[in-house]
Amino acid sequence: MCLAIPSKIVKIENTIGTIDVAGVKREISLLLLENASVGDYVIVHAGFAIHKIDESTAMESLKYLRELGSIR
Amino acid sequence: MSIKYMEEYRDPEISSKIIESIKKLSQKKVRLMEVCGTHTMSIFRSGIRTLLPDTISLLSGPGCPVCVTAQREIDAFIELAKEDDVILTGFGDLMRVPGTDSTLQKERAAGRDIRIVYSALDALEIARKNPDKKVVFSGIGFETTAPTIAASILSAKKMGLDNYLVFSAHKIVPPALAALMETGEARIDGFMLPGHVSVIIGTKAYLPFFEQYQVPCVIAGFEPADILQAIFILVKQIEAGVLKLENGYQRAVVFDGNEKAQKMMHDVFETVDAVWRGIGTIPKSGLKIRKEFESFDAQKIFDVTVSDSKEPEGCACGEILIGLKTPPECPLYKKACTPVDPVGPCMVSTEGTCAAYYRYCI
Repeated sequence: MCLAIPSKIVKIENTIGTIDVAGVKREISLLLLENASVGDYVIVHAGFAIHKIDESTAMESLKYLRELGSIR
Repeated sequence: MSIKYMEEYRDPEISSKIIESIKKLSQKKVRLMEVCGTHTMSIFRSGIRTLLPDTISLLSGPGCPVCVTAQREIDAFIELAKEDDVILTGFGDLMRVPGTDSTLQKERAAGRDIRIVYSALDALEIARKNPDKKVVFSGIGFETTAPTIAASILSAKKMGLDNYLVFSAHKIVPPALAALMETGEARIDGFMLPGHVSVIIGTKAYLPFFEQYQVPCVIAGFEPADILQAIFILVKQIEAGVLKLENGYQRAVVFDGNEKAQKMMHDVFETVDAVWRGIGTIPKSGLKIRKEFESFDAQKIFDVTVSDSKEPEGCACGEILIGLKTPPECPLYKKACTPVDPVGPCMVSTEGTCAAYYRYCI
Protein backbone atom coordinates (compact mmCIF):
# COMPACT_ATOMS: atom_id res chain seq x y z
CA MET A 1 0.00 0.00 0.00
CA CYS A 2 2.71 2.48 0.95
CA LEU A 3 4.92 2.64 -2.12
CA ALA A 4 7.71 4.85 -0.96
CA ILE A 5 9.29 5.75 -4.26
CA PRO A 6 9.95 9.49 -4.45
CA SER A 7 8.62 10.75 -7.76
CA LYS A 8 9.61 13.84 -9.73
CA ILE A 9 6.87 16.18 -10.94
CA VAL A 10 7.50 16.92 -14.62
CA LYS A 11 4.25 18.70 -15.52
CA ILE A 12 1.39 20.42 -13.71
CA GLU A 13 -2.03 21.22 -15.12
CA ASN A 14 -4.51 22.65 -12.61
CA THR A 15 -4.59 20.11 -9.77
CA ILE A 16 -3.17 17.24 -11.79
CA GLY A 17 0.54 16.59 -11.92
CA THR A 18 2.53 14.22 -14.11
CA ILE A 19 5.26 12.31 -12.31
CA ASP A 20 8.24 10.47 -13.68
CA VAL A 21 9.64 7.48 -11.82
CA ALA A 22 12.67 6.06 -13.59
CA GLY A 23 11.15 6.87 -16.96
CA VAL A 24 7.59 5.75 -16.20
CA LYS A 25 5.08 8.60 -16.30
CA ARG A 26 1.69 8.80 -14.65
CA GLU A 27 -0.82 11.36 -13.50
CA ILE A 28 -1.43 12.15 -9.84
CA SER A 29 -3.65 14.53 -7.93
CA LEU A 30 -2.09 17.52 -6.22
CA LEU A 31 -5.18 18.29 -4.12
CA LEU A 32 -3.47 17.33 -0.86
CA LEU A 33 -0.32 19.38 -1.41
CA GLU A 34 0.43 23.08 -0.92
CA ASN A 35 2.59 24.79 -3.53
CA ALA A 36 3.73 21.95 -5.74
CA SER A 37 6.12 22.91 -8.54
CA VAL A 38 7.64 21.17 -11.53
CA GLY A 39 10.93 19.59 -10.42
CA ASP A 40 9.73 18.78 -6.88
CA TYR A 41 10.16 15.25 -5.58
CA VAL A 42 6.98 14.02 -3.96
CA ILE A 43 5.75 10.96 -2.10
CA VAL A 44 2.67 9.51 -3.75
CA HIS A 45 -0.05 7.43 -2.11
CA ALA A 46 -3.08 6.00 -3.90
CA GLY A 47 -2.78 8.48 -6.74
CA PHE A 48 -2.23 11.58 -4.59
CA ALA A 49 0.97 13.44 -3.80
CA ILE A 50 1.07 13.61 0.00
CA HIS A 51 4.46 15.18 0.72
CA LYS A 52 7.10 17.30 -0.95
CA ILE A 53 10.61 16.17 -0.04
CA ASP A 54 12.83 18.92 1.26
CA GLU A 55 16.25 18.40 -0.31
CA SER A 56 18.34 19.80 2.53
CA THR A 57 16.53 17.66 5.14
CA ALA A 58 17.03 14.59 2.98
CA MET A 59 20.75 15.30 2.66
CA GLU A 60 21.11 15.86 6.40
CA SER A 61 19.39 12.60 7.32
CA LEU A 62 21.54 10.71 4.86
CA LYS A 63 24.61 12.22 6.46
CA TYR A 64 23.29 11.12 9.86
CA LEU A 65 22.80 7.58 8.56
CA ARG A 66 26.36 7.44 7.26
CA GLU A 67 27.63 8.65 10.64
CA LEU A 68 25.43 6.14 12.45
CA GLY A 69 27.09 3.41 10.45
CA SER A 70 30.52 4.49 11.62
CA ILE A 71 29.87 4.46 15.39
CA ARG A 72 32.61 2.47 17.01
CA MET B 1 18.59 4.46 -13.53
CA SER B 2 19.10 5.56 -10.00
CA ILE B 3 16.14 6.96 -8.12
CA LYS B 4 16.86 9.98 -6.02
CA TYR B 5 16.04 9.76 -2.30
CA MET B 6 15.73 5.99 -2.49
CA GLU B 7 18.85 4.23 -3.80
CA GLU B 8 21.00 5.74 -1.05
CA TYR B 9 18.81 4.09 1.57
CA ARG B 10 19.32 0.72 -0.08
CA ASP B 11 23.10 0.94 0.06
CA PRO B 12 24.26 -2.37 1.61
CA GLU B 13 27.39 -0.70 2.95
CA ILE B 14 25.38 1.75 5.05
CA SER B 15 23.01 -1.00 6.20
CA SER B 16 25.74 -3.42 7.23
CA LYS B 17 27.44 -0.72 9.28
CA ILE B 18 24.19 0.13 11.08
CA ILE B 19 23.72 -3.57 11.84
CA GLU B 20 27.19 -3.63 13.39
CA SER B 21 26.27 -0.63 15.53
CA ILE B 22 23.06 -2.35 16.65
CA LYS B 23 24.97 -5.50 17.57
CA LYS B 24 27.46 -3.53 19.67
CA LEU B 25 24.70 -1.71 21.48
CA SER B 26 22.08 -4.39 22.08
CA GLN B 27 22.25 -6.20 25.43
CA LYS B 28 18.66 -6.47 26.67
CA LYS B 29 16.14 -8.81 25.07
CA VAL B 30 13.54 -6.65 23.35
CA ARG B 31 10.32 -7.11 21.40
CA LEU B 32 9.84 -4.37 18.82
CA MET B 33 6.67 -4.00 16.78
CA GLU B 34 6.59 -2.69 13.24
CA VAL B 35 3.06 -1.37 13.00
CA CYS B 36 2.88 -0.97 9.24
CA GLY B 37 2.36 -3.78 6.73
CA THR B 38 4.72 -2.16 4.24
CA HIS B 39 7.43 -2.25 6.93
CA THR B 40 6.74 -5.96 7.40
CA MET B 41 7.24 -6.59 3.68
CA SER B 42 10.38 -4.49 3.52
CA ILE B 43 11.87 -6.25 6.56
CA PHE B 44 11.31 -9.65 4.96
CA ARG B 45 12.41 -8.61 1.48
CA SER B 46 15.68 -7.18 2.75
CA GLY B 47 16.38 -10.07 5.11
CA ILE B 48 16.72 -7.79 8.13
CA ARG B 49 15.29 -10.40 10.52
CA THR B 50 18.11 -12.80 9.81
CA LEU B 51 20.78 -10.14 10.32
CA LEU B 52 19.73 -8.85 13.71
CA PRO B 53 21.21 -10.17 16.97
CA ASP B 54 19.17 -12.73 18.95
CA THR B 55 18.33 -10.09 21.52
CA ILE B 56 15.91 -8.38 19.10
CA SER B 57 12.54 -9.87 18.14
CA LEU B 58 10.41 -8.12 15.54
CA LEU B 59 6.63 -8.40 15.73
CA SER B 60 4.25 -7.41 12.96
CA GLY B 61 1.38 -5.19 14.01
CA PRO B 62 -2.11 -4.16 12.92
CA GLY B 63 -1.01 -1.97 10.02
CA CYS B 64 -2.30 -3.85 7.00
CA PRO B 65 -5.58 -2.15 6.02
CA VAL B 66 -7.27 -5.21 4.53
CA CYS B 67 -6.22 -7.39 7.48
CA VAL B 68 -7.76 -5.25 10.22
CA THR B 69 -11.00 -4.66 8.34
CA ALA B 70 -13.77 -6.35 10.32
CA GLN B 71 -15.47 -9.37 8.80
CA ARG B 72 -18.77 -7.49 8.98
CA GLU B 73 -17.37 -4.75 6.75
CA ILE B 74 -16.04 -7.26 4.22
CA ASP B 75 -19.50 -8.88 4.17
CA ALA B 76 -21.12 -5.45 3.74
CA PHE B 77 -18.96 -4.72 0.66
CA ILE B 78 -20.02 -8.06 -0.80
CA GLU B 79 -23.71 -7.31 -0.11
CA LEU B 80 -23.37 -3.87 -1.71
CA ALA B 81 -21.84 -5.40 -4.83
CA LYS B 82 -24.98 -7.52 -5.19
CA GLU B 83 -27.21 -4.45 -5.58
CA ASP B 84 -28.33 -4.19 -9.19
CA ASP B 85 -27.66 -0.49 -9.70
CA VAL B 86 -24.25 -0.51 -8.00
CA ILE B 87 -20.74 -0.46 -9.39
CA LEU B 88 -18.49 -1.34 -6.46
CA THR B 89 -14.99 0.10 -6.64
CA GLY B 90 -11.98 -0.37 -4.41
CA PHE B 91 -8.33 -1.26 -4.07
CA GLY B 92 -7.20 -4.63 -5.42
CA ASP B 93 -6.29 -6.20 -2.08
CA LEU B 94 -9.94 -6.48 -1.09
CA MET B 95 -10.99 -8.67 -3.99
CA ARG B 96 -9.86 -12.00 -2.60
CA VAL B 97 -10.55 -11.46 1.09
CA PRO B 98 -12.93 -14.21 2.17
CA GLY B 99 -16.20 -12.89 3.55
CA THR B 100 -18.43 -15.19 5.54
CA ASP B 101 -19.97 -16.75 2.42
CA SER B 102 -18.28 -15.24 -0.63
CA THR B 103 -15.57 -12.90 -1.93
CA LEU B 104 -15.73 -9.87 -4.21
CA GLN B 105 -13.79 -11.88 -6.77
CA LYS B 106 -16.44 -14.61 -6.77
CA GLU B 107 -19.19 -12.01 -7.06
CA ARG B 108 -17.42 -10.44 -10.01
CA ALA B 109 -17.13 -13.82 -11.68
CA ALA B 110 -20.88 -14.19 -11.09
CA GLY B 111 -21.47 -11.03 -13.11
CA ARG B 112 -21.49 -8.24 -10.52
CA ASP B 113 -19.90 -4.97 -11.58
CA ILE B 114 -16.85 -4.69 -9.32
CA ARG B 115 -13.87 -2.63 -10.44
CA ILE B 116 -10.38 -2.28 -9.02
CA VAL B 117 -9.09 1.28 -8.96
CA TYR B 118 -5.71 2.76 -8.23
CA SER B 119 -7.08 5.97 -6.76
CA ALA B 120 -10.42 7.26 -5.45
CA LEU B 121 -10.36 9.74 -8.31
CA ASP B 122 -10.60 6.80 -10.73
CA ALA B 123 -13.81 5.82 -8.94
CA LEU B 124 -15.04 9.38 -9.37
CA GLU B 125 -14.40 9.14 -13.09
CA ILE B 126 -16.37 5.88 -13.25
CA ALA B 127 -19.26 7.69 -11.51
CA ARG B 128 -19.09 10.52 -14.06
CA LYS B 129 -19.24 8.08 -16.95
CA ASN B 130 -22.09 6.01 -15.46
CA PRO B 131 -24.75 8.50 -14.33
CA ASP B 132 -27.44 5.81 -14.21
CA LYS B 133 -25.46 3.72 -11.68
CA LYS B 134 -24.44 4.31 -8.08
CA VAL B 135 -20.68 4.04 -7.83
CA VAL B 136 -19.65 2.97 -4.34
CA PHE B 137 -16.06 3.17 -3.14
CA SER B 138 -15.15 0.57 -0.51
CA GLY B 139 -13.12 2.80 1.77
CA ILE B 140 -10.52 0.98 3.81
CA GLY B 141 -7.15 2.18 5.02
CA PHE B 142 -5.63 4.52 7.57
CA GLU B 143 -4.81 8.22 7.77
CA THR B 144 -2.72 7.96 4.59
CA THR B 145 -5.68 6.91 2.48
CA ALA B 146 -8.54 8.70 4.29
CA PRO B 147 -7.56 12.20 3.04
CA THR B 148 -7.54 10.95 -0.56
CA ILE B 149 -11.09 9.64 -0.05
CA ALA B 150 -12.08 12.92 1.61
CA ALA B 151 -10.67 14.77 -1.41
CA SER B 152 -12.74 12.57 -3.72
CA ILE B 153 -15.94 13.38 -1.80
CA LEU B 154 -15.14 17.10 -1.85
CA SER B 155 -14.47 16.86 -5.60
CA ALA B 156 -17.73 14.97 -6.17
CA LYS B 157 -19.60 17.72 -4.33
CA LYS B 158 -17.90 20.40 -6.41
CA MET B 159 -18.68 18.53 -9.65
CA GLY B 160 -22.31 18.00 -8.60
CA LEU B 161 -21.91 14.21 -8.89
CA ASP B 162 -24.76 12.65 -6.94
CA ASN B 163 -24.07 9.01 -7.83
CA TYR B 164 -20.69 8.71 -6.05
CA LEU B 165 -20.80 7.11 -2.62
CA VAL B 166 -18.27 5.95 -0.06
CA PHE B 167 -18.63 3.15 2.46
CA SER B 168 -16.16 4.31 5.06
CA ALA B 169 -14.40 1.59 7.02
CA HIS B 170 -11.34 3.80 7.54
CA LYS B 171 -9.36 3.50 10.74
CA ILE B 172 -6.84 5.62 12.56
CA VAL B 173 -3.59 4.41 14.07
CA PRO B 174 -2.90 6.06 17.47
CA PRO B 175 -5.97 4.53 19.23
CA ALA B 176 -4.87 1.07 18.03
CA LEU B 177 -1.43 1.57 19.61
CA ALA B 178 -3.14 2.43 22.87
CA ALA B 179 -5.33 -0.69 22.57
CA LEU B 180 -2.21 -2.84 22.12
CA MET B 181 -0.65 -1.34 25.23
CA GLU B 182 -3.87 -1.74 27.21
CA THR B 183 -4.05 -5.49 26.62
CA GLY B 184 -0.36 -5.76 27.42
CA GLU B 185 -0.36 -9.32 26.14
CA ALA B 186 2.11 -8.77 23.33
CA ARG B 187 4.71 -7.26 25.70
CA ILE B 188 5.90 -4.61 23.27
CA ASP B 189 9.11 -2.79 24.24
CA GLY B 190 9.10 -0.32 21.37
CA PHE B 191 7.13 0.76 18.31
CA MET B 192 8.28 1.43 14.78
CA LEU B 193 5.57 3.85 13.69
CA PRO B 194 4.13 3.83 10.16
CA GLY B 195 5.95 6.20 7.78
CA HIS B 196 3.19 7.38 5.52
CA VAL B 197 0.45 7.61 8.13
CA SER B 198 2.94 9.88 9.88
CA VAL B 199 3.45 11.97 6.72
CA ILE B 200 -0.19 12.97 7.14
CA ILE B 201 -0.65 13.16 10.92
CA GLY B 202 2.88 14.29 11.87
CA THR B 203 4.96 13.39 14.92
CA LYS B 204 2.64 15.48 17.10
CA ALA B 205 -0.25 13.05 16.68
CA TYR B 206 1.56 10.40 18.75
CA LEU B 207 2.38 12.71 21.66
CA PRO B 208 -0.70 11.89 23.78
CA PHE B 209 -0.07 8.15 23.26
CA PHE B 210 3.61 8.46 24.12
CA GLU B 211 2.96 10.58 27.18
CA GLN B 212 0.40 8.14 28.51
CA TYR B 213 2.29 4.88 27.92
CA GLN B 214 5.96 5.96 28.01
CA VAL B 215 7.05 3.40 25.44
CA PRO B 216 9.89 4.01 22.96
CA CYS B 217 8.55 5.17 19.59
CA VAL B 218 10.21 6.00 16.32
CA ILE B 219 8.67 6.92 12.98
CA ALA B 220 10.35 4.83 10.29
CA GLY B 221 10.80 5.03 6.54
CA PHE B 222 10.57 2.01 4.26
CA GLU B 223 14.05 1.37 2.90
CA PRO B 224 16.42 -1.05 4.66
CA ALA B 225 18.61 1.74 6.07
CA ASP B 226 15.52 3.56 7.35
CA ILE B 227 14.28 0.48 9.19
CA LEU B 228 17.69 -0.34 10.62
CA GLN B 229 18.07 3.24 11.77
CA ALA B 230 14.70 2.96 13.54
CA ILE B 231 15.75 -0.27 15.24
CA PHE B 232 19.01 1.37 16.29
CA ILE B 233 17.13 4.33 17.78
CA LEU B 234 14.78 2.06 19.73
CA VAL B 235 17.59 -0.13 21.06
CA LYS B 236 19.58 2.94 22.04
CA GLN B 237 16.61 4.37 23.98
CA ILE B 238 15.96 1.08 25.74
CA GLU B 239 19.60 0.43 26.65
CA ALA B 240 20.01 3.96 27.99
CA GLY B 241 16.62 3.91 29.75
CA VAL B 242 15.73 7.20 28.06
CA LEU B 243 12.38 6.81 26.37
CA LYS B 244 11.42 9.15 23.56
CA LEU B 245 9.14 9.73 20.61
CA GLU B 246 11.51 10.26 17.68
CA ASN B 247 11.20 10.89 13.98
CA GLY B 248 13.51 8.64 11.97
CA TYR B 249 11.93 9.53 8.63
CA GLN B 250 12.70 13.22 8.45
CA ARG B 251 12.78 13.52 4.68
CA ALA B 252 9.07 12.71 4.64
CA VAL B 253 7.62 13.46 8.06
CA VAL B 254 7.40 16.83 9.77
CA PHE B 255 6.17 17.54 13.29
CA ASP B 256 2.81 19.00 12.23
CA GLY B 257 2.26 16.56 9.34
CA ASN B 258 0.40 17.50 6.17
CA GLU B 259 -2.07 20.03 7.54
CA LYS B 260 -3.96 20.45 4.28
CA ALA B 261 -4.65 16.71 4.16
CA GLN B 262 -5.61 16.68 7.86
CA LYS B 263 -8.10 19.48 7.30
CA MET B 264 -9.78 17.68 4.39
CA MET B 265 -9.97 14.50 6.43
CA HIS B 266 -11.49 16.33 9.40
CA ASP B 267 -13.89 18.32 7.21
CA VAL B 268 -15.37 15.14 5.75
CA PHE B 269 -14.97 12.57 8.53
CA GLU B 270 -15.52 12.38 12.26
CA THR B 271 -14.14 9.75 14.61
CA VAL B 272 -16.33 6.90 15.74
CA ASP B 273 -15.83 3.65 17.66
CA ALA B 274 -14.69 0.92 15.26
CA VAL B 275 -14.23 -2.82 15.24
CA TRP B 276 -10.78 -4.11 14.31
CA ARG B 277 -10.18 -7.72 13.40
CA GLY B 278 -8.25 -9.34 16.21
CA ILE B 279 -8.61 -6.43 18.61
CA GLY B 280 -12.34 -5.78 18.82
CA THR B 281 -13.93 -2.38 19.34
CA ILE B 282 -11.51 0.48 19.86
CA PRO B 283 -13.02 3.79 20.98
CA LYS B 284 -12.79 6.62 18.45
CA SER B 285 -10.59 4.64 16.07
CA GLY B 286 -12.77 4.72 12.96
CA LEU B 287 -13.77 7.45 10.52
CA LYS B 288 -17.40 8.10 9.66
CA ILE B 289 -18.68 10.52 7.04
CA ARG B 290 -20.06 13.68 8.68
CA LYS B 291 -23.74 14.55 8.46
CA GLU B 292 -22.97 17.43 6.13
CA PHE B 293 -21.77 14.93 3.53
CA GLU B 294 -24.28 12.17 4.22
CA SER B 295 -25.57 12.18 0.64
CA PHE B 296 -22.20 10.57 -0.20
CA ASP B 297 -22.42 8.03 2.61
CA ALA B 298 -23.22 4.55 1.29
CA GLN B 299 -24.14 3.45 4.81
CA LYS B 300 -26.90 6.09 4.88
CA ILE B 301 -28.16 5.47 1.34
CA PHE B 302 -28.20 1.67 1.43
CA ASP B 303 -29.66 -0.47 4.12
CA VAL B 304 -26.87 -3.03 4.19
CA THR B 305 -27.93 -5.82 6.44
CA VAL B 306 -25.27 -8.38 7.16
CA SER B 307 -26.42 -11.37 9.06
CA ASP B 308 -24.11 -13.49 11.14
CA SER B 309 -20.67 -12.44 10.01
CA LYS B 310 -18.20 -15.10 11.05
CA GLU B 311 -14.42 -15.04 10.94
CA PRO B 312 -12.94 -18.13 9.28
CA GLU B 313 -12.71 -21.06 11.67
CA GLY B 314 -9.22 -21.83 12.89
CA CYS B 315 -7.70 -18.67 11.35
CA ALA B 316 -5.21 -16.95 13.66
CA CYS B 317 -5.13 -13.61 11.77
CA GLY B 318 -6.57 -11.81 14.78
CA GLU B 319 -3.81 -12.97 17.12
CA ILE B 320 -1.13 -12.47 14.48
CA LEU B 321 -2.23 -8.86 14.01
CA ILE B 322 -1.54 -8.01 17.63
CA GLY B 323 1.76 -9.83 17.95
CA LEU B 324 0.46 -12.76 20.01
CA LYS B 325 1.17 -15.41 17.39
CA THR B 326 3.38 -15.81 14.36
CA PRO B 327 1.98 -17.39 11.17
CA PRO B 328 3.71 -20.79 11.66
CA GLU B 329 1.77 -21.05 14.95
CA CYS B 330 -1.54 -21.01 13.04
CA PRO B 331 -2.85 -24.53 12.31
CA LEU B 332 -4.01 -23.46 8.85
CA TYR B 333 -0.75 -21.81 7.74
CA LYS B 334 0.72 -23.42 4.60
CA LYS B 335 -1.86 -26.20 4.88
CA ALA B 336 -5.45 -25.04 4.37
CA CYS B 337 -4.28 -21.42 3.92
CA THR B 338 -1.93 -20.38 1.09
CA PRO B 339 -1.68 -17.28 -1.11
CA VAL B 340 -3.44 -19.17 -3.92
CA ASP B 341 -6.30 -20.24 -1.67
CA PRO B 342 -6.24 -17.93 1.35
CA VAL B 343 -8.47 -18.46 4.37
CA GLY B 344 -7.75 -15.21 6.19
CA PRO B 345 -6.90 -11.66 5.10
CA CYS B 346 -3.33 -11.83 6.45
CA MET B 347 -2.58 -14.35 3.70
CA VAL B 348 -4.44 -12.38 1.01
CA SER B 349 -2.90 -8.96 1.25
CA THR B 350 0.58 -8.42 -0.11
CA GLU B 351 1.18 -6.58 3.17
CA GLY B 352 -0.21 -9.34 5.32
CA THR B 353 2.13 -11.01 7.80
CA CYS B 354 1.17 -14.52 6.66
CA ALA B 355 1.78 -13.62 3.02
CA ALA B 356 5.19 -12.22 3.97
CA TYR B 357 6.13 -15.35 5.93
CA TYR B 358 4.92 -17.56 3.11
CA ARG B 359 6.72 -15.69 0.36
CA TYR B 360 10.01 -15.61 2.21
CA CYS B 361 9.84 -19.29 3.14
CA ILE B 362 9.66 -19.32 6.91
